[in-house]
Amino acid sequence: MKYDLTRRKFVIGTAATAGALTLAGPRAFAADPLKVGFVYVGPIGDYGWTHGHELGREAVVHKFGDKVKTTYVENVAEGPDAERVIRQLASSGHGLIFTTSFGFMNPTIRVAKQFRKVKFEHATGYQTAPNVAVYNARFHEGRSICGAIAGHVSKSGIVGYIASFPIPEVVMGINAFTLAAQKVRPDIKVKVVWINSWYDPGKEGDGAKTLIDQGADIVCQHTDSPAPLQTAEARGVHGFGQASDMKAYAPKAQLTAILDDWSGYYVQRVQDVLDGKWKSHNIWWGLKEGMVKMSPYGDAVPEKARKDADAIRDGIIAGTVHPFAGPIKNQEGKVVVAEGKSMSDEELQKMDWYVQGVEA
Amino acid sequence: MTDSSAVLVLLTVISAATPLLFAALGELITEKSGVLNLGVEGMMLAGAVAAFAVAVTTGSSTLGVFAGALAGAILAFAFGVLTLTLAANQVATGLALTIFGIGLSALVGAGFVGIAVTPLPKLAIPGVSDLPVIGSLVFGHDALVYLSIVATVAVAWFLKKTRGGMILRAVGESDLSAHSIGYDVIGVRYRAVVFGGAMSGLGGAFLSLAYTPMWAEEMTAGRGWIALALVVFASWRPWRVLFGAYLFGGVTILQLYLQGAGGLDIPSQVMSMLPYLATILVLTVIAAGPWKGRLDAPACLGRPFRPST
Repeated sequence: MKYDLTRRKFVIGTAATAGALTLAGPRAFAADPLKVGFVYVGPIGDYGWTHGHELGREAVVHKFGDKVKTTYVENVAEGPDAERVIRQLASSGHGLIFTTSFGFMNPTIRVAKQFRKVKFEHATGYQTAPNVAVYNARFHEGRSICGAIAGHVSKSGIVGYIASFPIPEVVMGINAFTLAAQKVRPDIKVKVVWINSWYDPGKEGDGAKTLIDQGADIVCQHTDSPAPLQTAEARGVHGFGQASDMKAYAPKAQLTAILDDWSGYYVQRVQDVLDGKWKSHNIWWGLKEGMVKMSPYGDAVPEKARKDADAIRDGIIAGTVHPFAGPIKNQEGKVVVAEGKSMSDEELQKMDWYVQGVEA
Repeated sequence: MTDSSAVLVLLTVISAATPLLFAALGELITEKSGVLNLGVEGMMLAGAVAAFAVAVTTGSSTLGVFAGALAGAILAFAFGVLTLTLAANQVATGLALTIFGIGLSALVGAGFVGIAVTPLPKLAIPGVSDLPVIGSLVFGHDALVYLSIVATVAVAWFLKKTRGGMILRAVGESDLSAHSIGYDVIGVRYRAVVFGGAMSGLGGAFLSLAYTPMWAEEMTAGRGWIALALVVFASWRPWRVLFGAYLFGGVTILQLYLQGAGGLDIPSQVMSMLPYLATILVLTVIAAGPWKGRLDAPACLGRPFRPST
């Protein structure tokens, strides 16, 4: 309900223009700038997920100037409403449309079938089509780095993890973090609290408080607000920023932050369309391609942890370190990934079990 | 200072309950006068953003708290003009107020995303605050937590013991009778509505200055609606509002705590439902239990007043 107003305003506001443009035909003149549309699930001021995509859009504007014209629609609810917004953009002459949330997958595919000439880019999904490309970032690589740092910094050996929803993406992050932390400190425990929301500052903060009360001295989060990190700062423990550099909220507590950087990808894809070279694909980029980045280490990260973290980062970039390299034991203590093997991307994307040491 | 985990949990419960308590007490007074204002969420957000913006620009969290209350009151006054003077439908206007508050606060707050503010200072009394258990539980909160308790006492006293409270209840129970014996029904309702807005604003100010000292869009995350439910839950009695707010806060925190403590094999989704299940359960018990359905809703609740003269 809460997102309705913004979306409706947009729909009403552009309905007339869109109608006219549909009649006029999908593409007017070759000399026209390329119209690029962005569909966001949250507000651009969320200081997290959507904010990151908005920075990507700004990079496109900055790079191409007059050659492109960008439109964005924020606060679009996942589901049937998204389809209307996407169709709106497609029918108003946009040549390239980025839909930036998992729940936009089916609407994107449906609209793409009707607008064969329009190119679509869907973030974090798995369905492609000749005119629908899929892109995602390997955030779990960043979680590995966080895990190693946590292993060094934690004194109590207990990490509190504020999690949103038990989907593979989040489970993967918890596991990558735990595995890396165990390499540094084998007895480390990761206590997970699910708050069943991506965004509820109060509840995220409460989750952090209860975890700290239970002995956690590192707070890790897979939710979007800075509240858990801010709680860590107030209680004198440490944590990691999520999606943005959250140092302003926690100058002492933030050890590092996992940053999403979509700008390189967005600029490249716009260039591809301008050059007529755009092709559908399904990519999963990480540290190597610069889609995942880490913010500068905080003062509380000791020299040894920096070395370890850098080694993991460089190893992942070089391809010598895999966040899910065996041996990996599940909760029952059974070895599920043998020594010398590592998990495939496909296995990762279906991950629904925890490694040993996770208390969820 | 090392406290037992029970004390630490209770501390978190107190901060979780305080914004609910403020908003629910305000709405209680509004509804007692016969006006249903569903705009609590919007007024809380307005209070949160105003408090944060003023605290950041002036550097004074005290001014921020006042600004929060004022912002809530201004929105409530607008609601009053529409529903009391112009006799618009209260439910529709209240819903519109919530949506308006969400949008307005996002607009005003756009420039304040990513800024941190020093949280409200804790009022520590040297010596006393260091006492075990009692020291941290009773002393050592910020001023707003105490204000919320004082407000509960004040509202209970006002409704029960003062002439003003009696008039307010009369206006809510039978507007025409109150009018015919010469009370200014609209005037009383205006004051009740504005008070309700100011209290919602204080609840919002607590969120953005003390609970999670930051501004983020829609940071209330539905607490305004919970406050509305609490008023019904409490069957329009201030002390039950206090109890309800702490119960709700308690169940919310407890479920997070149990998850972290581990050893309990209940899906987290079920745990997240607990606070709401508790609310429904208590409502049912009140309706079907020995109290025999005495919910005590003000008789004129939600009805616009049009004096026939």
